[in-house]
Amino acid sequence: MKTSLSWLREYVELPAGITASELDAALTNLGMEVEGIVDQAATVTGDLVVGRVLTIEELTGFKKPIRFTTVDVGRDTPQEIVCGARNFAEGDLVVVILPGGELPGGFKIGARKTYGRNSHGMICSAAELGLSGDHSGIIVLPSSVDAAPGADARPVVGLDEVLIEVEITPDRGYEMSVRGIARELATYFSVPFTDPGLTAAPAGTDAVPYAVDVQDTVGCDRFAARVVRGIDPDAPSPEWMQRRLVAAGIRTISLPVDITNYLMLELGQPMHVFDLNRLKGGLVVRRAHPGEKLTTLDGVARVLDVEDMVICDETGPISLAAVMGGETSEWQQGTVDVLLEAAHWDPVMVGRTARRHKLFSEAAKRWERGVDPRLSLVALERAVRILTSHAGGTADERILDIDHVASPAVVRLPATLASKIIGLEFSAARVAELLTRIGCDVSGDDELEVVPPSWRPDLVAPIDLVEEVARLGGYNEIPSVLPPAGASRGLTPGQRQRRSIGRALAENGYVEVLSYPFVAPGTADALGLAADDPRRSAVRLTNPLSEEEPMLRTSLLAPLLGTLKRNLGRGRRDVALFEAGTVFRPHLAATAPPALGVDRRPTDEEWATANAIVPEQPWHLAVVLTGDIDPAGWWGDGRAASWADAIEAARITIAAAGVPASRVTVRATEHAPWHPGRCAEILVDDTVIGHAGELHPSVIAAFELPKRTSAAELDLDALPAAPVIDAPLISTFPAALIDVALVLDRGIPAADVQAALAEGAGELLESVSLFDVYESEQLGADKRSLAYKLTFRAADRTLTSEETIAARDAAVAVTASRFGAVLRGA
Amino acid sequence: MSYRNDPYDPKQAALLDPSSLDGAVAEAEKAFAQATDLDALAALKPAHLGDRSPISLARREIGSLPPAAKSDAGKRVNVARQAVQAAYDARATELEADRAARVLVEERVDVTLPWTRRPRGARHPLTTLMEHMGDIFVGMGYDIVDGPQLELEWANFDALNIGPDNPVRGSSDTFFVDLPGLVMRTHTSPGQVRTMLTRQPPIYVVSPGRVYRTDELDATHSPVFHQIEGLVIDEGITMAHLRGTLDHFARSMFGPDARTRWRPHYFPFTEPSAEFDVWFAQHRDGPRWVEWGGCGMVNPRVLTACGIDPAKYSGFAFGMGVERTLMFRNGVSDMRDMVEGDVRFTTNFGMES
Repeated sequence: MKTSLSWLREYVELPAGITASELDAALTNLGMEVEGIVDQAATVTGDLVVGRVLTIEELTGFKKPIRFTTVDVGRDTPQEIVCGARNFAEGDLVVVILPGGELPGGFKIGARKTYGRNSHGMICSAAELGLSGDHSGIIVLPSSVDAAPGADARPVVGLDEVLIEVEITPDRGYEMSVRGIARELATYFSVPFTDPGLTAAPAGTDAVPYAVDVQDTVGCDRFAARVVRGIDPDAPSPEWMQRRLVAAGIRTISLPVDITNYLMLELGQPMHVFDLNRLKGGLVVRRAHPGEKLTTLDGVARVLDVEDMVICDETGPISLAAVMGGETSEWQQGTVDVLLEAAHWDPVMVGRTARRHKLFSEAAKRWERGVDPRLSLVALERAVRILTSHAGGTADERILDIDHVASPAVVRLPATLASKIIGLEFSAARVAELLTRIGCDVSGDDELEVVPPSWRPDLVAPIDLVEEVARLGGYNEIPSVLPPAGASRGLTPGQRQRRSIGRALAENGYVEVLSYPFVAPGTADALGLAADDPRRSAVRLTNPLSEEEPMLRTSLLAPLLGTLKRNLGRGRRDVALFEAGTVFRPHLAATAPPALGVDRRPTDEEWATANAIVPEQPWHLAVVLTGDIDPAGWWGDGRAASWADAIEAARITIAAAGVPASRVTVRATEHAPWHPGRCAEILVDDTVIGHAGELHPSVIAAFELPKRTSAAELDLDALPAAPVIDAPLISTFPAALIDVALVLDRGIPAADVQAALAEGAGELLESVSLFDVYESEQLGADKRSLAYKLTFRAADRTLTSEETIAARDAAVAVTASRFGAVLRGA
Repeated sequence: MSYRNDPYDPKQAALLDPSSLDGAVAEAEKAFAQATDLDALAALKPAHLGDRSPISLARREIGSLPPAAKSDAGKRVNVARQAVQAAYDARATELEADRAARVLVEERVDVTLPWTRRPRGARHPLTTLMEHMGDIFVGMGYDIVDGPQLELEWANFDALNIGPDNPVRGSSDTFFVDLPGLVMRTHTSPGQVRTMLTRQPPIYVVSPGRVYRTDELDATHSPVFHQIEGLVIDEGITMAHLRGTLDHFARSMFGPDARTRWRPHYFPFTEPSAEFDVWFAQHRDGPRWVEWGGCGMVNPRVLTACGIDPAKYSGFAFGMGVERTLMFRNGVSDMRDMVEGDVRFTTNFGMES
């Protein structure tokens, strides 16, 4: 909403010297977002004065005609000024900026020599003053202007205006008008307010100036109209009106149309002006019929919806009610007889129609937020008076007013509610006073009976009134008090795990990223997912920002690989990333949820049914890595990241989550998008929680990544909560260390061999670790040697060598019977 | 020199002469002082303290002396021997100290050499900032809750008094999906709806998380961003409590000078509603008010839809953008830096923001 201070001052007696920042603070504290306050007078500094041209001397011999003038600016001697414009004569009143002044855009004026003459200042055009785009010549003031040479020219040319632009919240339609903002400012500053919406206006008459049939009084609960005949079709809009319209960002069109726009800005009542002679027969106000068409003023032929309201004559719809008029009935150049309409439309209907047809007109914006239904006749009276005073014509004495407007409902407000909600004491009298100031009728003591004013359709519940009390009482008067503390249970086990995991991976060289969850439809193919892979079942956005990525991820990997590639593209070679986030797994048999109301809590059953369609959104964790995980340096060579690092990342994750390594199993599997020979599935207890390893070469090719790029992805929601860990018994007796090297078939997993050793060694075994993997021709192509260090220790004694060797033999025996392992060198 | 079988040799006995002994001591002291390292010193030891050293030879002569002279000569020899040994030990200690000092010098390294063999990674500053914010509220007795990002329309809109005709429910603000009744949540508030449906007051929760709006990515917008919202439902909760909570939160985040300033605003889910600014003294362009978030008293319609009796309970809710907070707090000038996952951006923050 754009308006000007002078317009507001017509209705509110603001302090004379009010500054822009005071105005800004007032509007802000009233709940309007101030987009800008521009004091035009400050845009031109220095002496901007009225001058009278005394002499004009034409200078020749230059590229363009130049004039050397003397101008009376009210000083002892005339001012000598060189001027390039030619649209003025001796004796004309012009606008002069004197040396020392500055025009908008930082253009400083000085005395200078130009075209061989001294020029002391400048005669200004409207464009140079920032008033309009008119460069066609300098401003020649009308002879009627009551200003002497030397007088300040700002008020004469309208450069004394303070322009205000505010954003109005959607609940406060009444502020979309000079009337509304002036009322708010009057309340804020406690100064008198004259309500232009309450000026006297003649009531509707039994005889009507034009036949109108309102068939849908829900969509249109008021329809008022007046007729004026014989106006001068060429009468221009008065300059003050044009200026205000321009300042409000509204194009001037013609006197009748400008009047309706002016009154919309001033009162908040959108109006429409029909050419009486282009209407065919009586008007009907109704819903549109299915498939009905109308070409609106913007030239667009629209197919109407049965919810749209239309105004029709015999030819059919002539106006898309409340939103935009039609081409066939609108005022046009030469119209002499007009029908002025001021109706009241259902805000919900207008909102839907505006969105349906994407027509967010100034009128629609006001209707949607709510227009005072008591304004129709006042607006019509103002319109008729302005129109006839500037364009003549005769107003028909008959006045149409079809009024089905319901009175505002009484709101019963417990007098203590405001204090209870706001936390600041407001007496019943103070509450009543504040509500009265915004136009409410208030009666009662303990329970106030409040009748909101007609322009406040937003005030329907007690809390709506409490908000007004808080707002007018001043939000920043509310004290700052901590509430009684809640009883927190601390972070949940899952929250603690996610934090520990993030820290552990970061400490191990991984950098966290937060990727968008949007992926391309071809992602499943690029990842090489099988036809029946559940990860192929993805949710699709119906209005994605990019048609290239409309799907929601079912795995973290694709977006994460995209981020990896972005880093490589920016010149990084060694990159290790991790992401913790949700994936989206729709239920295949999802149907629409049950309709849940808002008048009561949904039953547990309704809520469960509704939630059954919400896709599973488990938290996953993924890592991707390429290049060197251990960098080369002065200490020696680096080490390339590999499948093993990805699996270790999974182990780090599980360990950080507080799950003991003894509950983790890693075993070979084949699972997209991993390399079939370099993929591990990670189990905790007996549950697969994810996979890790090197990516499949075809996946690496599809994502255009470096060879051997590795990755892991785990379902964090599948991780058990961190158990309470039992303390270990620490033996102080010496350990016995024995190494064993076992020759086995190459395909036997080292993890299984180690498990067998542990099983066979029994409880004397303190730890077992693999320290060498050896392959050679001597062993045979399908064999390898695994060398383990076994550490034995007893809790209560020093082990004898016999005991130790017996335990070792028992360990080896299990590997021999289970895997055919042979002690190397035996 | 053969003297073993010689019963009496005045020359030999002369070795016991005090001046001879003093001379031997002086010789030894002089020789030891000239030894430049422990090896050289050790090589001198036989000549001055060994069996054939002058003092050892003198000791042998004692037997040849008359009994009356033996005691005196023995004392002199012992004194001399102790003096030589002391000289030797002193010099050895000196040389050992020299050698230890020299070893320390030789073992000197360049401690400024880098040792980035296991480079650290980093956590995303939005994550650590959300944790920081969450921790402040846990300290105030709140639980941290979250809900699904692909959410029931009812929970994201209807239950929050955002009716079917509210423009924000259009496709120009909200992401819709090919499943009926679901949207990408446009705020973290549906998580609060879920909390109210499953918990009884008193409710003190805060929900940080990801939200979605159909804004193209540019320097100040992202279709995916993060909010943190708080919700308190209890008996007798007022706007003053809301203010106290926000002021405390602001001080916890930005220091003792921080406080909030409110502007009346409109949100469907709260009434009265306000937008609030925070006084941010550390701003790189000087202390100033910075727009921070929105807040208000939970609208009774929301309480009703969530099964909480508005006649008995009241509550407040507030929310702020995490990206926005990171932008002014840490001087991030471009939203894209937080989105693109460039490791140079994130590594800069390390383990905290």
